[in-house]
Amino acid sequence: MSSVLPRDARRPASGGGPAVSRGFRATSMRQWGAAVAFVLVMLLVPLVASTFHLSVLTLIFLFAFVGVAWNLMMGFAGQLSLGHALYFGAGAYLVAILAERYGITPWLGLPLSFALGAALGCIVGALGFRFAVRGVYFALLTIAFAEFARIVFEHWGFVGRTGGFFLKALGPDNVPLLSLRGDSLFFYYALLMSLVGAWALAALLVRSPIGYRWRALRDDEDAARALGVRAFRMKLLVAAVSGGLTAIAGGWFGLIGGSLFPDSVFGMRISIEMILAPVIGGMGTLFGPILGAFLVIPLNEVSRDLAQSLGINGLNLLLYGVLLMAVIIVAPGGCWPWLARRLRLSDAGNR
Amino acid sequence: MTILEVRNLTKRFAGLVAVDDVSFDVEKGSITALIGPNGAGKTTAFHLIAGALTPSEGSIRFEGREIVGRTPEELCSMGIARTFQIVRPLLGMTVLENVMVGALNRAPKLAEARAVAADLLHRIGLGAKADAPASTLTLPDRKLLETAKALATRPRLLMLDEVMAGLRPSEADRVTAVLHSFRDDGVTILLIEHVMRVVMAIAQKVVVLHHGKALAQGAPAAIAADPRVIESYLGRKAERR
Amino acid sequence: MLELYAGVAVNGLLIGVIYALVATGLNVIFGVMRVVNFAHGEMVVVGMYLGYSLWQFTGLSPLASLPITVALTFAFGYGFQLAIGNDFVSRPQHVQFVLYIGLGLAITGLHAMIFGPDPRAIQGEAGFDVYRIGFLRIDAVRLHAAAVALGVIAALSAWLRWSMTGKALHAASENLVGGQAIGLRIDRIFALTMGIGVACAGTAGALLAQLYDTQPYLASEFTMIAFIIVIIGGLASLPGALLGGLMIGLAEAIAAMVLEPSAKSLLSYALLILVLLLKPEGLMGRIAGRRA
Repeated sequence: MSSVLPRDARRPASGGGPAVSRGFRATSMRQWGAAVAFVLVMLLVPLVASTFHLSVLTLIFLFAFVGVAWNLMMGFAGQLSLGHALYFGAGAYLVAILAERYGITPWLGLPLSFALGAALGCIVGALGFRFAVRGVYFALLTIAFAEFARIVFEHWGFVGRTGGFFLKALGPDNVPLLSLRGDSLFFYYALLMSLVGAWALAALLVRSPIGYRWRALRDDEDAARALGVRAFRMKLLVAAVSGGLTAIAGGWFGLIGGSLFPDSVFGMRISIEMILAPVIGGMGTLFGPILGAFLVIPLNEVSRDLAQSLGINGLNLLLYGVLLMAVIIVAPGGCWPWLARRLRLSDAGNR
Repeated sequence: MTILEVRNLTKRFAGLVAVDDVSFDVEKGSITALIGPNGAGKTTAFHLIAGALTPSEGSIRFEGREIVGRTPEELCSMGIARTFQIVRPLLGMTVLENVMVGALNRAPKLAEARAVAADLLHRIGLGAKADAPASTLTLPDRKLLETAKALATRPRLLMLDEVMAGLRPSEADRVTAVLHSFRDDGVTILLIEHVMRVVMAIAQKVVVLHHGKALAQGAPAAIAADPRVIESYLGRKAERR
Repeated sequence: MLELYAGVAVNGLLIGVIYALVATGLNVIFGVMRVVNFAHGEMVVVGMYLGYSLWQFTGLSPLASLPITVALTFAFGYGFQLAIGNDFVSRPQHVQFVLYIGLGLAITGLHAMIFGPDPRAIQGEAGFDVYRIGFLRIDAVRLHAAAVALGVIAALSAWLRWSMTGKALHAASENLVGGQAIGLRIDRIFALTMGIGVACAGTAGALLAQLYDTQPYLASEFTMIAFIIVIIGGLASLPGALLGGLMIGLAEAIAAMVLEPSAKSLLSYALLILVLLLKPEGLMGRIAGRRA
C-alpha cells in the first residue's frame, strides 16, 4: 500500500490539498498510459498471430467487454446480477433478427440493442428498487428473468425455438464494414475497438462523480444515502449502462458465430461464464475484467483441448471450478490487485 | 427562529413503543443535545428525523416544510446531515474519497469536492491520512471521519449520534472546536451524547428522553438540577426503602 | 380426462415432496448460516450418482443403500464446512456465491469425468408397480420415494424443534453473537448444519435417481428449484418448504401438461418473481430474512 501514497501526503498536518490530488492524478495518468500501451500492442498483434490466435483473442475481447459491463454493476455499484444473460440474449437476437429478417444493418442494430439492454436493465433495477429486493434476493430475481426469457425463446417460433436462429452464410460479395461480419481479422479489430470503447466509458464513469456515488452505494447503501447519494437514480443508471453494453456484446456474439440458441445466450452457463473473468481478474477494478479474460479464456481453450485429446469430458469444468475456488479463497480481490502493485498501477481506493 | 419542529413523534415496533409522543423545537444556530439513559429512544428519534425510519405518528417540520416520508438522500439535499452511532465508513474507498462523496452534494465538480474534503480533513485532524484506505483507520479516527463525512455535505442541520464516545480528550476538544466553527458559520447542531462534560459545556438546550417520552427540556443547568432527570438516570434506588 | 389431470397432479405433488426435501436442506443451510449455497443442486446430483453407483455395484436399490448415501453426503458437507466453508460465512454474499459456484462447477466436472455425460438409469424390479386408488394409478416407486422424503422432513423437523442440538442450531440462526456468548461452538454447529443440508440434498438425489435419468447437468435446475421453493415457502420455515415443494411440483406438472414439458419451469419462475416482489418473506415466512 505504501507505494501509492505520494511523498508529500506523508508529511503531517500541513497542506492536505494539492499534494493529495497530485498523487491521485499521477496514478490515473499511469493507468491511462498502460491502457494506451495495451491498445497499441493489440493493434500490432495480427502481424504475427495466426487466424486461430486471432479468434481466441477475439473471444477474449468479447468476454473482457462483457466483464467490464458486469463489473460496473457488481464491482463498482455493488449490485449482484446473475442474470446478465437476459441482456446478452436480448441483444444477440435483436441484432441478428434485424439483420437477417429485415435487412437492417448492425450499425443500427447494435445501438438499438444497447437501448434494449438499457431498458431491460432499468426495468429489472426499478423493480428491484421499488420492492426493496437486495442482495441475494436481487440476484435470484435477475436469474428468474433470464431463465424466463430463455424458456420463452425456446418456445417462440419466430426466433426458431430450440432449433436456433441462423444468419445466412457470408457470400463473396459481403462487405464487412457494411454487414459488420467478416473474417477473423475483421472481428479481431471490431471487438478490440468495442472493448476499448467500453473500457473508456467505464473508466470515465468510474472516475466521475457518478463513480464515487456508485462505490459509496456498494460499500454501504444506507450510509451513502445519508450522504445524499440518490440510490434509485444511481442503481438504475448502472443497470442501464451495464445492460446496454452487455446487449452489444450479445449482438457481436451473434454476428461472429452466425447462430443463436436460447440456451447458449440466455442460459445460466453464459451468465456464469460472464462473471468468471471479472471475478478472477478482480472485481471493482478497471483492468481486472480484462486480465481475467486473458486468464480464463485461454484456460478454457487449453482445458477443452486437453479434455478432448485425453477423452475426458468435463475436465474444463473441473479446472474452472477449482480455479474459481482457489482465487476466491486466496485472493478474493482477484489477480489484478497483485499485478497492479507490481506495475505501480493501483490506486488505494479503487481496489 | 425554529429550524426543526418535532410534534407528537411516535414510533411503534411490534409490541414496543420506542418513541412516544415526543415534541421539541430546535432553534436555528443553536446546539441542542438529546440525552437520556440507554434505550430511551434517542437514536430511534434520530432515524425518524433523518428519514431512515417512518414515524407511526407525528410530524417533523424542517425550515417550515414537512419532511416525514422523505428519503434520506432528499433530506441531505435539503440540508440535514447525520452521523451513525455505529460508524459506517465506506471501506472500499480512501478517507479522502469518503469525505468527497458528501462534498459532491454542494461541490459537483470533482476538483472542488476534493479541495473541500481535504480542507475538512485537515481541520478535523485527519489530513495526513487522506489517502489511506478507510479500512485502515482506528476506531477513534473512524469517528472523526464519520463527522467529516457529514460536515462535507454542508448541512444546515447537523445531527451527531454519540460522536464523542471513544475519543481521547484532545480529539474530543478538536471535534468540539470544529463544531463550534461550523456553528459560527450558522450550522444548527442536534446531538445525542452521553459525555455530560461535553453536553454541559456546549449545548444551549437539552432534551431528556426516558422510555421514549420527552421527560424534560430546557437549559443545561436547569436540566441538571431537575429531580425527574436525576431519577431517570439513577433509577428509583434512592426511593427504595 | 379427469383421470389424466388427476394423475398428472398427483405425480407432480409426489415429486414436489422430494423437491421439498431438497429445499429443506437449503433452508437449513441458508436459514441458519445465511450462506448462498449455489452448489446445492450439485449435491443433489451427488446423491443421484451415489444411489446409482451403489445400485450398480451392489444391486441395492437407492432406498436400501440410503444410509450409506446419507452418511457420505453428511460427511462431505461437514468436512467441507470445517475446511473451507466456515471462513466464508461472514463474507459478503457475492463472495460466498463465487465459492459455491466454483464448487458446483468442480463437482459437475468430476461427475462428467467419472461417469461421462450420458444419462444413466436405474432399472429396478419394482419399476412398474402401481397402486390403484379409485381411478388413480400411482407409480409405486414414486410413492415410496415421496414417503421416505416426507419421513425425513418430519424427522428432521422434530429433531430441530426438540433436541438440544436442534435448538442450538435454531439459536445460532436467530442470534449468532448471542449464541457464541452462551458458549455454542459455532464452527461445529455450522459444520453440522452444512452436513445436514447436504445430506438432505443427497438423500433426495438418491430418491430421484430411481425416477429420473442421472446425468451431470441436471444440477443447475435443482439449485434453482431449491431456491425457488425456499423463497416461496419462506426462509426458516420447514412447513413452508413442504408447501413450496408441493406447489412447485404441481406447477411443473401443470405447465408440462398445459404448455409443453420443456416449459415446465415457466410457472415456477413466474411464481418466484411474484413472491420476490410482493411477499419476499415467503408464503409462510415470519421474518423478512436478512437483506444484504
